Amino acid sequence: MSTITGAQALIKALEHQEVEVAFGIPGGAILPAYDPMLDARFRHVLARHEQGAGHMAAGYAWATGKVGVAVATSGPGATNLVTPLADALMDSVPMVAITGQVPTQAVGNDAFQEAYTTGITMPATKHNYFITDPEEIGPVVAESFHLAITGRPGPVLIDVPKDVLNARLEWRDPGPISMPGYRPTFEPHPRRITEAIRLIESSERPVLYVGGGIIKAGASEALRSFAEMANIPVITTLMGRGAIPDSHPNALGMPGMHGLYAATTAMQKSDLLIAVGVRFDDRVTGDPDSFAPFAKVIHADVDPAEIGKVRVPEVPIVGDARRILEGLGEGWGDRPALDIDKWWRTIEEWQRKYPLRFDQTADGPLKPQYVLTRLREMADDDAIVVSGVGQHQMWASQYWGFEQPRRWINSGGLGTMGFAVPAAIGAKAGKPGQQVIAVDGDGCFQMTCQELITAAVEKIPIKVAVFNNSAHGMVRQWQRLFYNERFSSSDLGMDLPDYVKLAEAMGCVGMRADRAEDVDEAVSRMLEIDDRPVVAEFEVDRDEMVFPMVPAGGSNDIVLTGPEDL
Amino acid sequence: MNEQLVLSVLVEDKPGVLARVSLLLARRGFNITSLAVGPTADQGLSRMTIVVNAPELEQVKKQLHKLINVVKISELDPDSSIEREIMLIRVKAAAGRRSGVLELAGIFNATAVDVAANSITFLVTGAPAKLNDFLELIRPFGVMDLVKSGRIAMRREPKARKLKAVG
Ligand SMILES: Cc1ncc(C[n+]2csc(CCOP(=O)(O)OP(=O)(O)O)c2C)c(N)n1
Repeated sequence: MSTITGAQALIKALEHQEVEVAFGIPGGAILPAYDPMLDARFRHVLARHEQGAGHMAAGYAWATGKVGVAVATSGPGATNLVTPLADALMDSVPMVAITGQVPTQAVGNDAFQEAYTTGITMPATKHNYFITDPEEIGPVVAESFHLAITGRPGPVLIDVPKDVLNARLEWRDPGPISMPGYRPTFEPHPRRITEAIRLIESSERPVLYVGGGIIKAGASEALRSFAEMANIPVITTLMGRGAIPDSHPNALGMPGMHGLYAATTAMQKSDLLIAVGVRFDDRVTGDPDSFAPFAKVIHADVDPAEIGKVRVPEVPIVGDARRILEGLGEGWGDRPALDIDKWWRTIEEWQRKYPLRFDQTADGPLKPQYVLTRLREMADDDAIVVSGVGQHQMWASQYWGFEQPRRWINSGGLGTMGFAVPAAIGAKAGKPGQQVIAVDGDGCFQMTCQELITAAVEKIPIKVAVFNNSAHGMVRQWQRLFYNERFSSSDLGMDLPDYVKLAEAMGCVGMRADRAEDVDEAVSRMLEIDDRPVVAEFEVDRDEMVFPMVPAGGSNDIVLTGPEDL
Repeated sequence: MNEQLVLSVLVEDKPGVLARVSLLLARRGFNITSLAVGPTADQGLSRMTIVVNAPELEQVKKQLHKLINVVKISELDPDSSIEREIMLIRVKAAAGRRSGVLELAGIFNATAVDVAANSITFLVTGAPAKLNDFLELIRPFGVMDLVKSGRIAMRREPKARKLKAVG
């Protein structure tokens, strides 16, 4: 029987997983793998920085629901991947990262470009592997993809020494996977469903509090159906935006630190939280001790460790979010919808009294919210929006109006500045037929904008709207509110860089708008161009603040709805 | 005060698994009091006995379960389990004071494993409380060195619980 190299086995194993695209950068230790990659059935996108490659893999995974693949060399290549891995772990993004390692005999000797990759990434991955025997390559790749996408999804890293890539082996298609320590629960326990139904039936002020778990599990349809049949309001966290259409009458939008007043307050006043695929993050709960004080809790999640971590529920349900919501629907059966008119009227009153608002005057400074509403209006209905971290992220989440899942991609858990541009590239690589728009801050943009060169070279025509307030806007907002307006190192200042020239230098089309009346033209040009990446800079009001706001660690009972509440 | 929990953790015998377990416990803010690890009767599986200071059993268990190489976790309740530890302890014992030291050692079934001009080294096995008692009583003689193995533990068979007298 003929033999192949470890590197060939690695490529074969990736092909076996039906990988469509990998994002990475070669280097000494991983070079053997890049040779057979030239002939691989999948595409390789050459990033400009491994952090970019990692976020591209995450963007691809978010947009497609498949596993994103990133490749890097040993040492600095691997350490540059740490941020995207930690990001993907926090946001449960299915990803497989492959790193080269110095030859086995050199491991532990501080060889050139050696880093203890598995050690460094242990707490930043769902699991990781160090391969010592070429025969392990096939099975380990199969296990890694399985781990990445099943249960609570997450990143898995495979570290392969160069000599293992060069060794020869006889290829065998990997057999069935057996991991005695890994058996995620998929089907919820029927008794738990019955207990949940009993609580829901007798509730007067229920809310469905749902998040990223709905998106990962493809549970949107089951969610909508159950919310309608039982007549329950639905709150979508930052990670769960799009889980139910924002236009749906039951949808209240995002809760929490910058959530809508009605959503945050509905949870506070609720007598029953039906929490599905959420983790009671501090950005949602505010001070956990005063969070939803009247509510009983049903907490459903695929990860049992999330249940009871922050709040001990009356009914814990472990399982897949879609199966749980379907189970609740089946359990509800032909019961009538909850008769909770009074609750609905209260919520509607909050919505009427405290809507999102901003004030764009004809000749006043350009408001970021205005740009977002125009962008939303003019973009395709199914456009994918990818955001950075900061004020623009909160405004994008508040104002976009998501109608479908997997149209909103952002770094929620880790809050990684620089996420937007590379993640948008990954999303566009996975969904070339859809508009992909990065909504980015000027601070974030400057962290990873070099990946626009990748986008231009690889012909991945994303659109980037840079919200330029010449500042780390969110930091500035906190300094204004909590540090006596002492703006320490949050000013990006001096009108640099010139975004139009920078865009052009990177092979993109650049444009700029700084007045409300110019926004539509800039947006329509930006949306029209489809053969190259586009960067549209919007010079926006640097003093605009994100509201509503619950100050960090404060109680969700006190929501600042605008500057007059300060 | 945090409670001391005794966990018996069955893990796959893979490189790095000890690092994963201790890293996870540290990362979640759980303090390891002792950890003993060794092979089991099943090939490919090891057993860790972990004594950990943690506010809440459920979280520790659930977090440990997230490790792919962790196969099974049981909490061992001291009332229904056998717990043992080994201690090597070197005690000052100049010629004139030997008999007192030896007398005490005799009561605790401590075996003299090394005798020198001015010291005796004892091997003591037993439940952690017994070792502590011995240590407290022998301390006034002067403890020169001490090593403990860390606790190992096993659940008692239900029958044995009724005939508890043994050991
Ligand atoms: C990598 C990283 N460094 C620092 C921060 C802290 N941080 C959060 S938001 C922010 C400012 C973001 O500025 P910009 O991208 O211009 O967005 P804006 O808030 O102005 O919309 C900073 C520095 C972070 N989240 N990530």
